[in-house]
Amino acid sequence: MKARKISKSFPGVRALNEVDLEVCAGKVTAVVGENGAGKTTLMNILSGVYTEYDGELLLDGQKVSFQDTTDARRVGISIIHQELQLVPYMSIAENIFLGREPLKLGLIDYKTMQEKARLLLRKLGCDADVRKKISSLRIGQQQIVEIAKALSFDVRVLIMDEPTSALSESEINTLFVLIHSLKAKGIAIVYITHKMDELTLIADHVTVLRDGCAVGHSPVHKITIAEVVKLMVGRDIKDFFVKKQHDKGDVRLKIENLSLKKSGKSGAFLETISFKVHASEVLGLYGLMGAGRTELFETIFGLHRTPAAGTVFIDGKRVRINSPEDAVKAGMALIPEDRKNDSLVLNMSIARNISLASIGKVIRNGVVSKTLEQKQAEVYREKLNIKSYSSNQPVIKLSGGNQQKVVVSKWLVTDPKILLLDEPTRGIDVNAKNEIYKLIDELALQGMAIVVVSSELPEIMAISDRIITLCGGRLTDEFTRSEFTEEKILKAALPSS
Amino acid sequence: MKITERKFDLSVLQPLIALMLMAIAMTILSDNFATKDNLFNVARQISVNVCISVGMTMVILTGGIDLSVGSILALTGAVAAGLLKNGIEWTEVHLFVGFTLFGVIWIAMATGGFLGCFNGWMITRFKVPPFVATLAMLTIARGLTMLYTKGFPVTQLGDRFTYLGTGWFRGIPMPVWISAVVVILSVFFMNKTRTGRYIYAIGGNERASLLSGVNVNKVKVIVYMIAGILAGIAGLLVTARLDSAQPNAGLGYELDSIAAVVIGGTSLSGGKGSITGTVIGAGIIGVLNNGLVLLNVSPFWQQVIKGFVILLAVIIDKMQKKEAI
Repeated sequence: MKARKISKSFPGVRALNEVDLEVCAGKVTAVVGENGAGKTTLMNILSGVYTEYDGELLLDGQKVSFQDTTDARRVGISIIHQELQLVPYMSIAENIFLGREPLKLGLIDYKTMQEKARLLLRKLGCDADVRKKISSLRIGQQQIVEIAKALSFDVRVLIMDEPTSALSESEINTLFVLIHSLKAKGIAIVYITHKMDELTLIADHVTVLRDGCAVGHSPVHKITIAEVVKLMVGRDIKDFFVKKQHDKGDVRLKIENLSLKKSGKSGAFLETISFKVHASEVLGLYGLMGAGRTELFETIFGLHRTPAAGTVFIDGKRVRINSPEDAVKAGMALIPEDRKNDSLVLNMSIARNISLASIGKVIRNGVVSKTLEQKQAEVYREKLNIKSYSSNQPVIKLSGGNQQKVVVSKWLVTDPKILLLDEPTRGIDVNAKNEIYKLIDELALQGMAIVVVSSELPEIMAISDRIITLCGGRLTDEFTRSEFTEEKILKAALPSS
Repeated sequence: MKITERKFDLSVLQPLIALMLMAIAMTILSDNFATKDNLFNVARQISVNVCISVGMTMVILTGGIDLSVGSILALTGAVAAGLLKNGIEWTEVHLFVGFTLFGVIWIAMATGGFLGCFNGWMITRFKVPPFVATLAMLTIARGLTMLYTKGFPVTQLGDRFTYLGTGWFRGIPMPVWISAVVVILSVFFMNKTRTGRYIYAIGGNERASLLSGVNVNKVKVIVYMIAGILAGIAGLLVTARLDSAQPNAGLGYELDSIAAVVIGGTSLSGGKGSITGTVIGAGIIGVLNNGLVLLNVSPFWQQVIKGFVILLAVIIDKMQKKEAI
């Protein structure tokens, strides 16, 4: 498949500018680029989501154009979006055949459907019960269902948009094995990713996008990761993040015997967790998916009042936190993993999102002052380099990295003593990542106590003073900076069975 | 990346243009439309819907719905009329409590506010979906009205009370004054206060608001309470205008109110919209009702036409948004 001189404009933005992309049967072509580089737009054109664009698509040398995604699927082009598009309360089989259920006398023929679904899954080395509901599956398994769905269309070109961003290490390995077997079947794969180390593991070719242009195309073995990164950002990153040395202060946050029971069922998300964080310290919290990292943060932040138990001390004083409102008042800030659902009011402006957690600061004479709110937003727009045309721009129009900076701004305004960050760099580009790392370092230097959750080991090792590991809702080990090695930390986070 | 700023958001202007076009069309089609008497008549009729719809807008902005406003209107009207006329009498202890005009006004608003609070409490404490909670209140309040009035209207409430609905002040009907005050206060509340801001935030993303330290439950209870209070005020207006509290008053008013909110451009999924839009929406419905009567269109056709206008408004809104993407 070939795409030639694809251009696409949105009002005010030229998202793609004469981009060429070539995808060969039986090969994996990786597409990399910073957020906002145009990767998703390009994929949406290839898969028939956007139907109006300039340029042409060629499939086996034939010019093709699609009315919609169904059209694209019919000729064998399927896309698996970053956010999986499955109906949670329907079964695996029903999801795979959604919209084209096999019929018998005008009724759905469940037997045939389940049989076909079972066959498809078996091809992918998975023997789950196809009558199971999607909502009961882990993300990794859900992804396999998406792949099975694509296969059921006799897929020839499979587009995967950051498939590993939500997967654990072992699930990623399963996925890679799967991709190899798809390659062997002659399927062309377009693989969008942020993770550079995946290039060498999985890709045959790499295409680099920057600001809507294809700036490089090469077989993977002829290019180094440093060169790819350089192409992506358009300049050398000489100053890769180096943590500054600084002394830690007194104990700022102390958690004792924090537990969180699962509702209804026996068992717990969290069991008797105790730890301390000092002022001016960055504590890394490492654990695999499902280890209870997000639950831990949410519980500290007062989101699970009733099933939770335990005590929280701030600056040596016991505090009662029954709601996020209490947590904010106590000087805590939480930057959740899921920006779109948990952090931002997407259709609201940058200025209003920034003032959301501290609206009292822009109230004068009992009235919200838009002038003050704007001024405050301008300060942070400049300080954190939030790329936007005005602080009145709705945050939905910003790229991931800039959205994250808005979230960070929102909390910096509250002047927190304790900052909890859950996967702060997920889905954002290299430049923005570095800016976030530097900011974390700077905030720690100013005396903030910081806890960071990350599933990227190199990241957490670079930014933390100390790392604790979480597995199955329990703390398993603790490492000081001089003890950091990838093997030790990973081993402590893995289930011991 | 080149980014240009959109100059001006036209979405608020659209219902206004529609309203003006309708008014112009009516002026051409009927000699009786653009007369002072008729326009005041339309304004007076709209007032009740405006009061209810302002509260409905706030509820819908949080992503909820309030189906109980029509019944609350009937109950508050009946309570106000009953207390004003008969007071409370305990024959056993020879106690009689009479009520002044201001007394019953406060009680009507308090009753509406209390029932609204109850809605909010059900929705936040027990997580009953707003549709269901307020549907239940729709029957509960209607039933209470029937119990209180035993099914008979309460009439002859005195000139001072009926002044609220039929009187004039400085050449403008009282209900218009009252609804204007309601609108001005609400616009201020929505744009300038913390709670107003939170209402938009919760509708835009409830979880993000919660995690930003917003007391979501409190805001929701306040919103349903305001909707109840405003239904109470509307109850007073209706009762005073007819000089009679009808047990069947306000039947179906919730639907006219939702229509006004939707025509005014507020999104039913919450987060987007404005009080101003709703006032214009109520205006469109009012002019339409009045115009169809003046043109001698049969009441049955009036309903059909109203339905299509609602559909048209939403379709135009959707098409606009599609273009903007």
